[in-house]
Amino acid sequence: MLRFILTRVSLVIPTFLGITFLTFILIRLVPGDPIEVRVGERGIAPERLAQFRHDLGLDLPLWRQFLDYVWNVMTGDFGVSLITHNSVLSEFVTLFPATLELALAAMLFATLLGLPAGILAAVKRGSLFDHGVMGISLTGYSMPIFWWGLLLILFFSVGLGWTPVSGRLDLLYYIEPTTGFMLIDTLLVGEYGAFWSALHHLILPTIVLGTVPLAVVARMTRSAMLEVLGEDYIRTAHAKGLSDSRVIGLHALRNALIPVVTVIGLQVGTLLGGAILTETIFSWPGIGKWLIESIGRRDYPALQGGVLLIATSVIAVNLLVDVLYGVLNPRIRHAR
Amino acid sequence: MSADLSTPSAAPVAAPSRPPHPLLEFWYHFKQNKGSLLGLVVILAIAVIAIFAELLAPYDPNIQFRDAILAPPVWYDGGTWRFILGTDDIGRDMMSRLMHGARLSMMIGLIVVTLSLAIGLALGLLAGFFGGMVDVLIMRFMDILLALPSLLLAVVVAAILGPGLVNAMLAVSVVVIPHYARLTRAAVLAEVNRDYVIASRVAGAGPLRLMLIVVLPNCVAPLIVQATLGFSTAILDAAALGFLGLGAQPPTPEWGTMLASSLQFLQRAPWVVTWPGLSILVTVLAFNLLGDGLRDALDPKLKR
Repeated sequence: MLRFILTRVSLVIPTFLGITFLTFILIRLVPGDPIEVRVGERGIAPERLAQFRHDLGLDLPLWRQFLDYVWNVMTGDFGVSLITHNSVLSEFVTLFPATLELALAAMLFATLLGLPAGILAAVKRGSLFDHGVMGISLTGYSMPIFWWGLLLILFFSVGLGWTPVSGRLDLLYYIEPTTGFMLIDTLLVGEYGAFWSALHHLILPTIVLGTVPLAVVARMTRSAMLEVLGEDYIRTAHAKGLSDSRVIGLHALRNALIPVVTVIGLQVGTLLGGAILTETIFSWPGIGKWLIESIGRRDYPALQGGVLLIATSVIAVNLLVDVLYGVLNPRIRHAR
Repeated sequence: MSADLSTPSAAPVAAPSRPPHPLLEFWYHFKQNKGSLLGLVVILAIAVIAIFAELLAPYDPNIQFRDAILAPPVWYDGGTWRFILGTDDIGRDMMSRLMHGARLSMMIGLIVVTLSLAIGLALGLLAGFFGGMVDVLIMRFMDILLALPSLLLAVVVAAILGPGLVNAMLAVSVVVIPHYARLTRAAVLAEVNRDYVIASRVAGAGPLRLMLIVVLPNCVAPLIVQATLGFSTAILDAAALGFLGLGAQPPTPEWGTMLASSLQFLQRAPWVVTWPGLSILVTVLAFNLLGDGLRDALDPKLKR
């Protein structure tokens, strides 16, 4: 078991180093000198410039700079934002819970709706319901979510006034972050009004971010169920006289869930990518919006650190799913 | 494109009753799927609009009618036949802009798919064919690209190259290369030890001939499907970059850019936001429908 986990972890290390190298190189491809970007257009004396370069290690050979960068990253130093002068890591840690809360809500939405829809579509294969689910999910999969968000705002926020247009919480409330999850923090301090406000703010972004995963989960569940429903043991279970619900819920679903869980795990990257668009539309104060703003402000250290941190979290989640898999399924653990 | 579908494997030598031509057989399976037929028709229609945009569009996409700012579509109160789909915030005809936008989107799809397919194909062939260190190096690099969320990678590449349509296309191409590379490699690995490949190797075929003439034609089916679906990804991602201000810049009538530049009129004139988004959705959906149908028709496992 330990050996399996260690192998998986060791496989991830080159990928992580590669990402580190990629972010290191990318930032050097930006037109313009990092110092000149930093001092702006005011100009600077040549000796001060040289001093700056020396302080930042920019006068060292490139390979030394890369080793320094890797060392810094290993010790948790992801650089300092040019604009706020805060450490990139601390900014990321402050904003990440907002994105995580949104992503988890979206995944929950996608799973709670997509799983039953996919199961029903498979069971009623060829029916109107099946065609409907497949049609809707392909539409959802093709949806430009930035436009989808605008339509929902136009209809539910502007037209009906049911949900707020943007942000995480009404301005009436101020909640000191404890966990960073607004839904939990508001309950911790006992502000139920704030909890409702946070919940209302969460609805539309959740739907928008969850649309593509919902389509993927529904389609995957349907095809996995169809495959399993054709197996001999399902016929046996039916022949034994078990009820339909027992055969579908117990015998079929448990086996169909394996590919579905994989797909859910793989959606993490999609969710973090989609968060960039969703957070921009709804002014959601998470890392997606922060990254886009960093680009607008030409805050390259923030961009570099942010990308590396996001990639690291995606790798970590995929690794976790991988390991969890091996724990749950001995066939994978002992393969090869 | 359809000419590539006639894989040599199905060519009959001297059968008693001739089996149908592979293309005919493909068409027979393809037309079973009404959804993909619809997708094909929609794509052809959009392609016609894109090619003849100059003739079909009532006005120049950038001409401003100062007397008709935010004019509503014809079926709204106050709408006129002069501007069937309305005008935007500086009085440009929406329909003309959308038609020229179709041209841009089709072009984006074509260029991105060609570029990423060519590079991904080459990398996948090399990796699958030579194996060993070449394989490890190429596929590790592809894994690195895949570890980043695709839109994030595209955003970063576009931010570094600078905003613009060409850079956005490059950014989106880079992002999808790993998909083609992995697919090609898998297909090559499945083929490379087959008897016919060994036979040509024994007959003295060089590596280039083996790669391009012997093995490659037998790997095209999954690539055709992926390339079709690649159109939808390319159009969607390029529009998202345009929306974020990192893609085509105004006044280019790219659909995502059009959406972003008329955001503040969302309440007053919803049509300036509705049409570009709907165009993106319909185009992407059509390519996804087509891709699904192609997969079913080309995949021998599902066929029978």
